[in-house]
Amino acid sequence: MSANLSAIFYLISGVLFILALRGLSSPETSRQGNFFGILGMVIAITVTFLSIGNFSSGFIYVLIFLLIGGLIGTFIAYKIPMTAMPELVAGFHSLVGLAAVFVAISAFLNPEAFNLGSPGNIKLGSLIEMSIGAVVGAITFSGSIIAFLKLRGIMSGSPITFRGQHLLNALILISIIVLTYLLCSTQSSNLFWILLAVSFLIGFLLIVPIGGADMPVVISMLNSYSGWAAAGIGFTLENSALIITGALVGSSGAILSYIMCKGMNRSFFNVILGGFGATEQSLSKDNEKKPVKSGNAEDAAFLMKNASSVIIVPGYGMAVAQAQHALREMVDTLKKNDIKVTYAVHPVAGRMPGHMNVLLAEANVPYDEVFELEEINNDFANADVAFIIGANDVTNPVAKTDPQSPIYGMPVLDVEKCKSVLFVKRSLSPGYAGIDNELFYRENTLMLFADAKKMTEDIIKNL
Amino acid sequence: MEIDPFIFRLSIFILSIFIGYYVVWSVTPSLHTPLMSVTNAISSVIIVGAIIAGLAGNSESIFNTSSIFGFLAIFLAAINIFGGFLVTQRMLQMYKKKKKDK
Repeated sequence: MSANLSAIFYLISGVLFILALRGLSSPETSRQGNFFGILGMVIAITVTFLSIGNFSSGFIYVLIFLLIGGLIGTFIAYKIPMTAMPELVAGFHSLVGLAAVFVAISAFLNPEAFNLGSPGNIKLGSLIEMSIGAVVGAITFSGSIIAFLKLRGIMSGSPITFRGQHLLNALILISIIVLTYLLCSTQSSNLFWILLAVSFLIGFLLIVPIGGADMPVVISMLNSYSGWAAAGIGFTLENSALIITGALVGSSGAILSYIMCKGMNRSFFNVILGGFGATEQSLSKDNEKKPVKSGNAEDAAFLMKNASSVIIVPGYGMAVAQAQHALREMVDTLKKNDIKVTYAVHPVAGRMPGHMNVLLAEANVPYDEVFELEEINNDFANADVAFIIGANDVTNPVAKTDPQSPIYGMPVLDVEKCKSVLFVKRSLSPGYAGIDNELFYRENTLMLFADAKKMTEDIIKNL
Repeated sequence: MEIDPFIFRLSIFILSIFIGYYVVWSVTPSLHTPLMSVTNAISSVIIVGAIIAGLAGNSESIFNTSSIFGFLAIFLAAINIFGGFLVTQRMLQMYKKKKKDK
């Protein structure tokens, strides 16, 4: 296949990838979008085979590796529980990053295969592009590994900080630039390996100080990095499919990080510098003596039965307790009694962007009953009952009233405007932000102290 | 004076960033998790480079250092491609509309 023809096909597959993302603008078109994505991938891989045209014994090995990887990927895709999506995505990011590093290493060792010159005499532009791809790929890899370990709970979610951390990181980043410059002027392979090692190191160091609560931002950010790494390699290989995809993924991850930061009212810079979630716990000791109204499943069932509209506010705690199926059953029962029920989802309700929506969809909650914060926030004033299950900080009115609070300015759901608030929680302990929720002590709040799943099941019995 | 082909690639890159920006803002927030898994899958188109690297060895020595890294990259990218697209498919199939007949 001629180089021009294959370039056209790579362009087509790039366009199909754009359509794949475009399809996600609504759930109806999304499945078709995913099909476009698969088609684009098939075209890109087929064209690569045809343009090399070398069906020697090496070809068999390509197929073998492709199949083994494919089988493992398929197995994971069907086995993974939806609650573990954040870890899965972090793990997948690390693979993209490492693949980018490996391709860059191959290209560095054997530039003739990619038409980039000869070893020790690689074209300057290609060498720069390759280094960028390798550095960003290495950072994506090691950063995603840390994110994976933290999300999986293998590593503690609390931020790890030490003195001189920022200085050390800054020095390493400067050394990466210096090493890249030296590599380009000397073409020394030793420098290439050092550059890779240093990049792996900075990936670890950058993510280690970031706390568990900030993981939604971190995975979005690593998503973005994996895109930039792919784009860097795309420039090296002069391949438009890779360049287009890299740019799409890069901007997608950047937008998601921005949305997550806004959802927590944190600046991106603030998240990156890390340390959040470890301090600021000493603020509100005086609240502990305030009276709290607590109730049982019967009270909750009574309130909801007599309501005409109920808004459910789910949080990650619901997923941890595996209460989403019970919750949906409860909602079905309420709906049979002609009670209007909707769900309100905060942007950071899960452990990654849109996570809560997936968890609800898995429990067969129709997506047109689930609303985003801006869509539903005005409805709380007209609703009879807000049922908060597994959420905490995202309902704290302090974010609107107390400029001293660490979450001040964070967009919150206006649940306190409901006639009554039912709050399912194990205890009065603070949430991720480490602060007390003023909502617990409100007149119209009824605390339901129990495990989310058990409480929901008990309410169903009483309905 | 002729324009360096790099400039054309750079143009594609910059324009794609803008396309990505507008397309991703139009993605509905409830599909942000599938968005991440599908972007993951498509960024594994890096397999194109891995295949070139893997097949670069000559017929006497299929495995040299460079091609071994290529094969490993094929393996990693394949996990991602299959895993990414299939898990996205699995998620998207769960999104259902309200049944009208109740």
